[in-house]
Amino acid sequence: MRTVFALAGVVIKELYRRKDFYVLFILTIVICVIMAMVNIFNDNQIIRYIKELCLLLIWISSLVIAITTTARQIPAEREQRTLLPLLAKPLTRTQVIFGKFLGCWLACGLVLICFYAFFGVLAASREHTWPLLNYFQAAFLHWVMLGAVIALTLLGSLVFAAPSSNSTICFVIVVAILTIGRYLDAFALSLAEPLRSVFYAIYFAIPHLEWAFGMRNLIVHDWPLITWNFFCLDILYSLAYTAVFLVAACLVFRRKAVN
Amino acid sequence: MKSPRTFFLLLFALLIFCFGLAADLQPQFQALENIRHQSDNFFNLLLGDSSRIFANSSFVEADAYYHSGYYPTIFDNNEAFKTPHMAEDTGAVASHNQGEETSFMGPPRDWIDAVGRHFIPNRHTHLDEGGPTDDLSTSSRVREILPWLKLSAKLDPENIKTYVVTAFWLRTKLNKVPEAEQVLRDGLRHNPDDPQLLFELGRIYFENYQNVDRARNIWEAALRSWARQEPGVSQSERLKMTNENFDSRFIFEQLQTNLAQLEEKAGNPDAAIARWEQATLASPTPEALQKHIDKLKQTLAGQTNAPAAASH
Repeated sequence: MRTVFALAGVVIKELYRRKDFYVLFILTIVICVIMAMVNIFNDNQIIRYIKELCLLLIWISSLVIAITTTARQIPAEREQRTLLPLLAKPLTRTQVIFGKFLGCWLACGLVLICFYAFFGVLAASREHTWPLLNYFQAAFLHWVMLGAVIALTLLGSLVFAAPSSNSTICFVIVVAILTIGRYLDAFALSLAEPLRSVFYAIYFAIPHLEWAFGMRNLIVHDWPLITWNFFCLDILYSLAYTAVFLVAACLVFRRKAVN
Repeated sequence: MKSPRTFFLLLFALLIFCFGLAADLQPQFQALENIRHQSDNFFNLLLGDSSRIFANSSFVEADAYYHSGYYPTIFDNNEAFKTPHMAEDTGAVASHNQGEETSFMGPPRDWIDAVGRHFIPNRHTHLDEGGPTDDLSTSSRVREILPWLKLSAKLDPENIKTYVVTAFWLRTKLNKVPEAEQVLRDGLRHNPDDPQLLFELGRIYFENYQNVDRARNIWEAALRSWARQEPGVSQSERLKMTNENFDSRFIFEQLQTNLAQLEEKAGNPDAAIARWEQATLASPTPEALQKHIDKLKQTLAGQTNAPAAASH
């Protein structure tokens, strides 16, 4: 486990050396502050449109950081020819996969803490309340969901040739799930067989990441906390998909030539 | 060495060239400037006519905020949301809604759908009634729809509904009457003499400023404007009960009803009866109005008989 954590530490260090996070974080702050300065009928208590914009930017930024950081992990090791020396140490391929995954996931967790802290401050500046539990639920489900995305991207980085193609494909899949994943079954009903069965199969097979994405609306419009049972259920659901993608990544990596 | 005369001639030639160029370019710049003034709306300049599509999206987004996010998508049954509820609730916009607004999602289709509904807004609420907390003291949170309405008005300054809805919520829940008046005057600048905008402006003078005379003048101007909208068509033709003239009938009825109430308040029962009778021509429930007219007539008859009986 120590080796896995050591590998994860390297990935976290890489994140704070790179400029991706800083650029996205500052961009989010600048856009939100500019939008907050707009005068709307001399009313300075209007906040929900800023909250919505801020959360949307947080989601976009977190997905960009998660996918791009993960997509380049193993290809970069291969390009720089550091993968073989890494595996020459007492380190299994499974440990490499888990180390990379854990590093990316923890790095995304740190990123989310910064983003949600800013979001909390921004919302409190006008609402004068701290619904911390609501923010915790939203941020935690967001982080767990990112785990599934990172595992998927890690699997993609072993299947696809280049990080760019992997990133693009992962983005398309994730955005499609977030936007139309919830309605695939309704869409399937309007189709004739065999397309109906195909879409139904896709609907039940894909990870429903939009559950966590839907929390955005609850936070923006000050809905009460979601039931803790369903909170835990969503965590287990996301972790299950994360595990499936990680196992698949380990299996692919085991058979992959590293030289 | 060249003489100074050559340089002077060259300078003179340059001056003539500059003057000629300026004389040629000036009209072109003038024309450009005029085009800029004609479309001083940034969004119109940028998006052209497509800005109306975005304006409509922004208006719908305001209604989604009015429902705290509980809103049908293109995949849901939106029969009960054809007319945005935030507009319907102003009383100045005719409703085209049908069906059950509280359950557009229908029963859960499968377990994924059932679980997923716990992570999205899943109850029909209105912001002016407290939103998800059902706390009526927080009805001023309806302010949250205003940014979208403002954006919608910027994108499509000819959409009357946007001004009417914005002004209504500004004056009723946020107590921002001057801002509401300003919104309506902006609307009238882009849509001169529009009866709906004049009706809402009259409501401000009647309900907020308690200025009966000014309100009457504005509503009468609105009625004149309503009559001018279709010059060749008679009033009875325009008030026929058809689906096409639903909005036109609605605004006529609202104007006559409000004028009737104003006359009642001002102590002019004869004028009020005349207005109520006009309102019955456009009302979907003329029986109820007729009852009110009969009651008014009885009161009026009682008032005229009382001095006569007293003199006997």
